[in-house]
Amino acid sequence: MLKATQDRRVPREDQLAAVDSTPQPQGAGTIEEGALTRFLRATEIDVRMLGMLAALIIIWVGFHLVGIARTGTGVFLTPRNLSLILIQTSSIAVMTTGMVLVIVMRHIDLSVGSILGFTAVTVGVLQVFWLAPAMGIGHPMIWIIALLFAIGLGAAIGAFHGALIAYAGIPSFIVTLGGLIVWRGASWWVIRGETVAPMDRNFKLIGGGISGTTVGAIGDTASWILAILICIAIVAGVYYGRVQRSRFTFKQRPMWAEIFLAAVGCGLVLGVTWLVNSYYWPKGVVDRYAAEHGITVPPEGLQIAFGYSVPVLIALAVGVGMTFLATRTAFGRYVYAIGGNPEAALLAGINTKRITLMVFSLMGALAAISACISSARLDSATNALGQFDELYVIAAAVIGGTSLAGGLGTIYGAMLGALVMQSLQSGMTLLNFESAVKDMVVGSVLVFAVWVDQVYRRRLK
Amino acid sequence: MKKFVTAMLAGAALSLAFSAAAEAKDKTIAVSWKTFQEERWKTDEAAIKAVVEAAGNKYVSTDAQLSAAKQLTDIEGLVTQGVDVILVVAYDNNAILPAFQAAADAGVKMISYDVLVEDPNALYITFDNVGVGRLMAKEILKAKPEGNYAFIKGDKGDPNATFLFNGITEVLKESIDSGKIKNVCETFTDGWKPDAAQKNMEQCLTSVDNKVDAVVSENDGMAGGVVAALEAQGLSGTVPVSGQDGDLAAINRVALGTQTVSIWKDSRALGKAAAEAANQIAEGGALADIPGVGKFSDGPNKVEVNAVLLTPTPITKETLNLVIDAGWISKEKACAGVAAGSVPACG
Repeated sequence: MLKATQDRRVPREDQLAAVDSTPQPQGAGTIEEGALTRFLRATEIDVRMLGMLAALIIIWVGFHLVGIARTGTGVFLTPRNLSLILIQTSSIAVMTTGMVLVIVMRHIDLSVGSILGFTAVTVGVLQVFWLAPAMGIGHPMIWIIALLFAIGLGAAIGAFHGALIAYAGIPSFIVTLGGLIVWRGASWWVIRGETVAPMDRNFKLIGGGISGTTVGAIGDTASWILAILICIAIVAGVYYGRVQRSRFTFKQRPMWAEIFLAAVGCGLVLGVTWLVNSYYWPKGVVDRYAAEHGITVPPEGLQIAFGYSVPVLIALAVGVGMTFLATRTAFGRYVYAIGGNPEAALLAGINTKRITLMVFSLMGALAAISACISSARLDSATNALGQFDELYVIAAAVIGGTSLAGGLGTIYGAMLGALVMQSLQSGMTLLNFESAVKDMVVGSVLVFAVWVDQVYRRRLK
Repeated sequence: MKKFVTAMLAGAALSLAFSAAAEAKDKTIAVSWKTFQEERWKTDEAAIKAVVEAAGNKYVSTDAQLSAAKQLTDIEGLVTQGVDVILVVAYDNNAILPAFQAAADAGVKMISYDVLVEDPNALYITFDNVGVGRLMAKEILKAKPEGNYAFIKGDKGDPNATFLFNGITEVLKESIDSGKIKNVCETFTDGWKPDAAQKNMEQCLTSVDNKVDAVVSENDGMAGGVVAALEAQGLSGTVPVSGQDGDLAAINRVALGTQTVSIWKDSRALGKAAAEAANQIAEGGALADIPGVGKFSDGPNKVEVNAVLLTPTPITKETLNLVIDAGWISKEKACAGVAAGSVPACG
């Protein structure tokens, strides 16, 4: 979906790298090309993404089958479980989009979990102890102020880290390792280890939770409208791509490939929408809703669909925004240029220090958005919130094909990586795996994924 | 009311300790803290200091700053100063053993406070941790005598998570064996994290299609995550949930009815009991004469020590007044959002 809207004028980052090293061995292949290779070349699909999607499907179906074998009924491939996994992934997915840029620039940010904790606690204190008494509990402005304050705070902390890294020349590993400890301490210090709860009732919807009978999701009608709009955007994107290619006399994709891409993209969007629209409100909430609105619940029960939940929409919006930023703006191209070759970028006149500061500031702001999602979802802020998240964020980016050597990495890949990790964890919890086994599996998958990626890249060369 | 709480916790023989303490003169009681970076130890210190000074004794303290080596040096220093009794909150309960031995050789009496040190000459004062598990299970069993139970356990690396679970299963064993209670989910929670507990609970509810009748959560933070997961399914308030620690947010949940019980360990009662025992020992009292003392040998090495195990207090809707009266939480915070007349302590 994201791919189709990309501008074809600018080569994608992975293609860029391939061009950097060696020219594509197209002429060398006088050996017969398989149908698959031809298909991949015509559609220009990223094979690594295809591999990850395959892995995801194998994981999902696998867990479902194991569930059937164990208990007779599989629960993994149900709208409820898949909707839940999307919500559970959203916090990590938001942060990992920033981590891609950080890692692409050959840096690392170990402090995101602690920034998340500190921001969550501070925003919790702000809305519960300051804004609610001053403006009245449940005032409609509270959540907006809290959200904006959080993003500002996160961006400021990130900018501070970025300044130390770019201008003071301290390695990012050290600065953010310090940040990991400092901000965890600071979040304890703000409330002395207390738990701030409950959150503002509108703020809570950011986490996709339920306040009384208001659900943090947009419902089925709005979800379908959104899905159709996205489909239109996909078709328009494909068309615009063709126009641009002919304008700059680039080689066109064959027509069937274009149609295929648009169809698959729209199919995916509609499928996911159907999925989230098949997850209905739980009985308890329906009963409360019916009682409040004077509706008599029919014996077979009312079916009110959740639709896309707010955190998932936030994650999708961040994903689209960050992809745009990374592939369509000068800022994004500079980031990849610096990651590919810092000296060359500097000599080309890119202000690498300013870009570094901006990337870390962006990372901080994204951690703050995740802080709002996490604390809203938990309906409380504790100083342990976000602990170890940095590891999952980095792991998601790396599983998603971001190279720690810098210069390589895609936003959608990292988000898919986050989904893979969360699917593994959720699936194993669902089957009552021992948590020691869970840790061992997740760790092994991380190493395995990177190994597969390495093998693939070596073969490409 | 404050008297009532302490009486409940420390036992009826408190008055004895008071009279013994009153005779003590010019003794020095020392505390070797493992850290002062956590707020709770300041509460303990205030309680200990008050009792020690009320008896006319002197209070001194050291802070090991989370270092086993520094704690050894601290205790050596205190022994050299010639203090009479040392209370130790051990950072590493094995590494500290030589210091206990050296102190005993020099004639200084040792008390292991909150953390067990397996030295047969020392006195061990703590809350009954297995008892916390038992109390949780009892309260949940009272609320839901049969049905599907979910167990949200603490971090797998923390022995307390298992101690607690032993206490829980001890109480529930009969009902589980007879089939009245079914264990539908049981999971450890990384780092006792509330958000991890929320995810685990969400998966649990999904796997059994919301057919969970009661949740035993091993602490209050995780109970918060459990309640959030239940609320997303419209189940909060109907499914009993346990916890421990007396977290302020948890006490509010108890008042609101979304959490059934929080087992509360009043660190001031612990400090008071320990300081009274210290005063008594400093005066030459025998360990066997300490009020409420018994034998304890359930540590990792099964060494038998003299121990005073305080009983924690279950805080439920009915006993909410205990935490408010003790000044642990303000009535406004405890009763925030509670409908008038639904909880006696909130009015």
